[in-house]
Amino acid sequence: MSTTAPTKPRGVTGTILASDAAGATKTENAPFGHALVRAAEKDARIVGMTADLGKYTDIHIFAEKFPARFFQMGMAEQSLIGAACGLARTGLVPFATTYCVFATRRAYDFIAIGAALGRANVKIVAGLPGLTTGYGGTHQGIEDLALMRSIPGLTVIDPCDATETAQATAAIAQHDGPVYMRLLRGIVPVTLEPDYKFEIGKARLLRDGADVAFISTGLMTTRTLEAARTLAASGVKAAVLHVSTLKPFDRTAVATLLARVPRIVTAENHFITGGLASAVADLAVDEGLRIQLKRVGIPDCFCESGSLPYLAERYGLTAAHLASAAQEILR
Amino acid sequence: MSAVVSAPASTLALTRDPAALRARSKAMRKHVLRMAEIVGQGYVGQGLGISDVLATVYFSELRTRPAEPTWPDRDRFVLSIGHYAIGLYAALAEAGIIPVDELSTYGADGSRLEMSAPETTPGVEMTGGSLGHGLTQSVGMALGLRLQGKDARVFNLLSDGECQEGSTWEAALAGAHHKLDHLIAIIDCNNQQADGAPSKVMGIEPLHEKWAAFGWHTQRVSGHDFPALLAAFAAARATPGKPHAIVVDTLMGKGVKAFEEREKNHFIRVAADEWAIANRQLEESA
Repeated sequence: MSTTAPTKPRGVTGTILASDAAGATKTENAPFGHALVRAAEKDARIVGMTADLGKYTDIHIFAEKFPARFFQMGMAEQSLIGAACGLARTGLVPFATTYCVFATRRAYDFIAIGAALGRANVKIVAGLPGLTTGYGGTHQGIEDLALMRSIPGLTVIDPCDATETAQATAAIAQHDGPVYMRLLRGIVPVTLEPDYKFEIGKARLLRDGADVAFISTGLMTTRTLEAARTLAASGVKAAVLHVSTLKPFDRTAVATLLARVPRIVTAENHFITGGLASAVADLAVDEGLRIQLKRVGIPDCFCESGSLPYLAERYGLTAAHLASAAQEILR
Repeated sequence: MSAVVSAPASTLALTRDPAALRARSKAMRKHVLRMAEIVGQGYVGQGLGISDVLATVYFSELRTRPAEPTWPDRDRFVLSIGHYAIGLYAALAEAGIIPVDELSTYGADGSRLEMSAPETTPGVEMTGGSLGHGLTQSVGMALGLRLQGKDARVFNLLSDGECQEGSTWEAALAGAHHKLDHLIAIIDCNNQQADGAPSKVMGIEPLHEKWAAFGWHTQRVSGHDFPALLAAFAAARATPGKPHAIVVDTLMGKGVKAFEEREKNHFIRVAADEWAIANRQLEESA
């Protein structure tokens, strides 16, 4: 047993729900919950459900507004997803929320068979993606995108910020087919430009540059944009392609970028295997494109508990790590 | 006495006459044997065993429009146990939802009558086969129908072995919690699963007490006793506030003595010369 005391004060987290908004200049509260209410006001088919995580997935806002259209399913994720499929079969559009880990690990067969093979029009919205919780391996969804990408016919989305979360919520409500969307909940940073337009299946070139290109998804795009600004200060022109829909993958946009800027850094709040980096590598092989690729993401391990800044630093997910990765590839 | 309960122009006419249901069931068993004979093997034990129950559901309870299988106000019949497809296809053909002639394609490459029923086939509400799904989806259907003000009911056929799946009990909690009294779970107890009898594989009894403890209005009847089945469904209709579990005890291979007497009949292989005997035994059965 170690008796060495910490030499300096540490960040702490005692909560499952840590906020990633520290330091953000602009934020929105519960963008998913409010966007779902707006969508449901226009579309009576929309219903909400959760597995004992209403308050923690922002769907409580919908439940308060539409109590008759909200179904509490208890701590039972297979029942949650199965019942969502059943609701969809009666013509409704269920939004079912839980955490990434519980949706994808506990209810995988129900998503694969009930939702995807059954082509049920269900929307699974799952919180605590990657290292957005300090609660450790039980709650950090680090391989969910890999699992969901491997299911035929499922749409998989990892939004960047509050703006995109709200837009994607409206878009998937109108989309006919099963969707898995990662959820940023609580106080969520606004980092994309006001004119940003989300479209299912479309990647967006947020910044152009010919020296190196970041391809990022989810909240990592906030950090790739910051890294690109840092690099610009030292004369390096970095492009940023934001791929919020992992599946269907925007092969055209990605292949065009790979052909033009073959020095690539991928960034994802997820395992470096099975998610965005793998999709980019697959595409490069398919298209016969020679690229240099550095993959920034969570390595092959379960992560520690800790504060979010500590975890981002510990596992190499900060903007500074991204800028360094770009510099390395340019050497 | 033949008692026609409801017969609007396009909905299937229902009857509560045991003799009429028995005749339907016998016709369905003949379909089952014909399908099995073409393939030479299969879940013929389940198909024969469940025919009386399916005949009762399809011809005394289920509100359907054979020419419009996706009629939004229809009652839903959800087959969890996809491998019982052979029995379901027989019912769907007898009800006029799929053509009788098509039964000869059962299990053939390219046929929509797959060994495990896919929802792309008319009258199949859900792709079953991955066990433990049916009741969860049935709960969702029942919630959705009620929210939309429809008085349609949801019938889910699951098996004794399926009571080993945890998700079945998650759904049982949900059905009772949400007071889905238009949801009827029919649990087929044929005392066989892939590795043998449930009592040997993983004990599930006492089923009546378990479902009752989960908050369900529960009954247990013989799955071959038409008056008892009719009475059970009538009691379900008359009991508000709770979902309904009807545990039915059935005999695998019912109607074909040679199959009834097989010790292991979860998946039956039949020699070519045995079919004539099977057909004769079915013809001679009650």
